[in-house]
Amino acid sequence: MNGIHDMGGMQDMGPIKEEKNEPVFHHPWEGRTFAMYRATGAWRKWNIDAARYSRELIPPDEYLRMGYYEKWYQGLVDLLTASGLVTRAEVETGKPARGSTKSTPPLTPEQVVESVAKGVPAKRDVSVAPRFQAGQHIRARNINPLGHTRLPRYARGKRGTIDRDYGVFVFPDSNAQFRGENPQHLYSVRFSARELWGEQAKLQDTVYLSMWDDYLEPA
Amino acid sequence: MKATRRDFLTSAATAAGAAATGSFANADDQAHGHAHQHDHQAVPSDMALRVKSLESLLVEKGLVDRAALDALVDTYEHKIGPRNGAQVVARAWVDPAYKQRLLMDADKAIAELGYGGLQGEHMVVVENTPALHNMVVCTLCSCYPWPVLGLPPVWYKSAPYRSRSVIDPRGVLREFGLELPEEVEVRVWDSTAEVRYLVLPERPSGTEGLAEDALAALVTRNAMIGVAKVSANREGGAA
Repeated sequence: MNGIHDMGGMQDMGPIKEEKNEPVFHHPWEGRTFAMYRATGAWRKWNIDAARYSRELIPPDEYLRMGYYEKWYQGLVDLLTASGLVTRAEVETGKPARGSTKSTPPLTPEQVVESVAKGVPAKRDVSVAPRFQAGQHIRARNINPLGHTRLPRYARGKRGTIDRDYGVFVFPDSNAQFRGENPQHLYSVRFSARELWGEQAKLQDTVYLSMWDDYLEPA
Repeated sequence: MKATRRDFLTSAATAAGAAATGSFANADDQAHGHAHQHDHQAVPSDMALRVKSLESLLVEKGLVDRAALDALVDTYEHKIGPRNGAQVVARAWVDPAYKQRLLMDADKAIAELGYGGLQGEHMVVVENTPALHNMVVCTLCSCYPWPVLGLPPVWYKSAPYRSRSVIDPRGVLREFGLELPEEVEVRVWDSTAEVRYLVLPERPSGTEGLAEDALAALVTRNAMIGVAKVSANREGGAA
């Protein structure tokens, strides 16, 4: 979706504000939101691509107004209700619906360290033929899907060069909408800044993006 | 938001008017100036209540264990942070064989020091040299190598950094006080997949006699994102 989240190349967003000695969380509720998102993820009702998509679906004016963890809260509520773990009414009242059964949390305190250390790899050990090789010239496809994609607008239609093959990875565009992992080769692709931005860019500057087979066509 | 957006449009119209009267020179300044008026991130006062209410709902339904939430917060507040990445960088500076492994297979080399996992499952380390400066961004969201740098700072997740890093990296670096020579290649890594990047900064001159721990103390988070260089004179840690 050509949403506000796809910010690469915009110029009117103001100065970068660095906070000295910034805390990890500015308020306790930010940490709780972060932790709830991780702990409910253990139910495996969604995946990271669906979670990103949930935040991309926040209306643009809200997206710009909201702080980072406010967006996470909004996305989390949407994931929880869409997956049926809770209902909107339960979120509004903060109480379980009458007659609802009590579950057993899938993530125990003892499992936290191990689950963080293990992570959630997106690489898949399956045999899929790569469509491109290092050094090959490509063009990023000009696609404008209404769903989730990790192909930013600023790279679409631009010519680049395959830098390296990262191996086979889950494809976010299908995974975000629970249409399968569609594992395929992921590449590091080099674009010259001039190709992306024209004469104003320095000749030698470059931008590298990670791109899947389905984003690319031979140049 | 509507009022803010109106302010934004008024301000943009004013800038356009100024341009029409022949004052193009400050168009950039004016474009940035209006941003002060729509400084977002005003958090509704009831966020704390809403989050507390959601947490008690999830606990009551048995969907989360409150102690697991405590452990997660504690992990990222106290255990995982940029000190980890600084150890990796310092090791690479003192041990050429380690540096080689780090650049060839970052996951394995970082695991040698005991780090890895969530949001750093697939790591790539990129090396800065006098001729090449790497910097990392996520234009689409907030992807960041958690196991080595912890959770990202607000500026990294903010619209100004996400938007301008790819189109004007040198301008962004100047905002961080880093002016690069004209001839240096600036290479921006946009984290559009599950691959996470760590910048291996240049070891500053004048640190030849320093031990690994003392070197690690010089390495800042910003240097490992690629928006700063490491200085030989630094006080404090990598926070």
